[in-house]
Amino acid sequence: MACISPDGKPTESGSKMLRALQAGLGSPEEIAKGSGLPLFRVRSGLRELIQAGLAKQRDDRYELSEEGAKLI
Amino acid sequence: MEEAREQIGHMPRIGEPAPAFEAVTTHGKLKLEDFKGSWLILFSHPADFTPVCTTEFIAFTEIHPELQKRGVELLGLSVDSVSSHIAWVRNVEEKTGVRIPFPVIADLNKEVSLAYGMIHPGQSKTETVRCVFIIDPNQVIRTILYYPLTTGRNMDEILRIVDALQTTDKNAVATPANWRPGDMVVVPPPNTQEMAEERLKQGYECTDWYLCKKKL
Repeated sequence: MACISPDGKPTESGSKMLRALQAGLGSPEEIAKGSGLPLFRVRSGLRELIQAGLAKQRDDRYELSEEGAKLI
Repeated sequence: MEEAREQIGHMPRIGEPAPAFEAVTTHGKLKLEDFKGSWLILFSHPADFTPVCTTEFIAFTEIHPELQKRGVELLGLSVDSVSSHIAWVRNVEEKTGVRIPFPVIADLNKEVSLAYGMIHPGQSKTETVRCVFIIDPNQVIRTILYYPLTTGRNMDEILRIVDALQTTDKNAVATPANWRPGDMVVVPPPNTQEMAEERLKQGYECTDWYLCKKKL
């Protein structure tokens, strides 16, 4: 996965996205702007973070899960 | 006949929605919908670690900043594995100093290649030919280019097509042969006799009623 290493730790791009979520950036567009990652990477990365239990989706917004917050 | 169809897959056409996909890439698993809102150039190459493809990857990297200015993302594809892609892009960087910035699909099961008609059995039954699909922000195919295995693509032409498509969308005009940004554009032809007569009074540069150009 691009955002999560095989050992379960976030990669550099995964960490950028987690920090953006921690800063309250909740839409893929905001996260892309805040993290400097391309929008397509953010959209795919959010899927991975949710799958790994590190982020949650509420309607069109995303936020850190408790597990995600522990990794920052 | 059926066998030939299986080898070729679907042949997409200009104006159709781009076939959806989810694929393993060098930047993780990506879906076509991840690119919604951006222009996308999806291009295929025959194989990793081959000479023409290497020159093309370097050339695509060289125009990447210009594409980014125009809101265009790049996505490569071949039927090689992701490990092969990773080894090749690392080798390109090691040998030439060029870091490939865009993702590359590892289409081992040919799912995307067949959905986009990228395999032309007359050229090769196992490799993709050099295809270029220019897909707009609404994920509609706007341009399709096919090059044979032996001919590397022309990046100037790809940039020129992007400029022409974006100019058309912004200004509701067409672009003439060999058009370049800054050149005059073609005013769409009139649909009625009245419109044809009116347009001759509008100050366009007209060769005749059906061929009028204007500056933007």
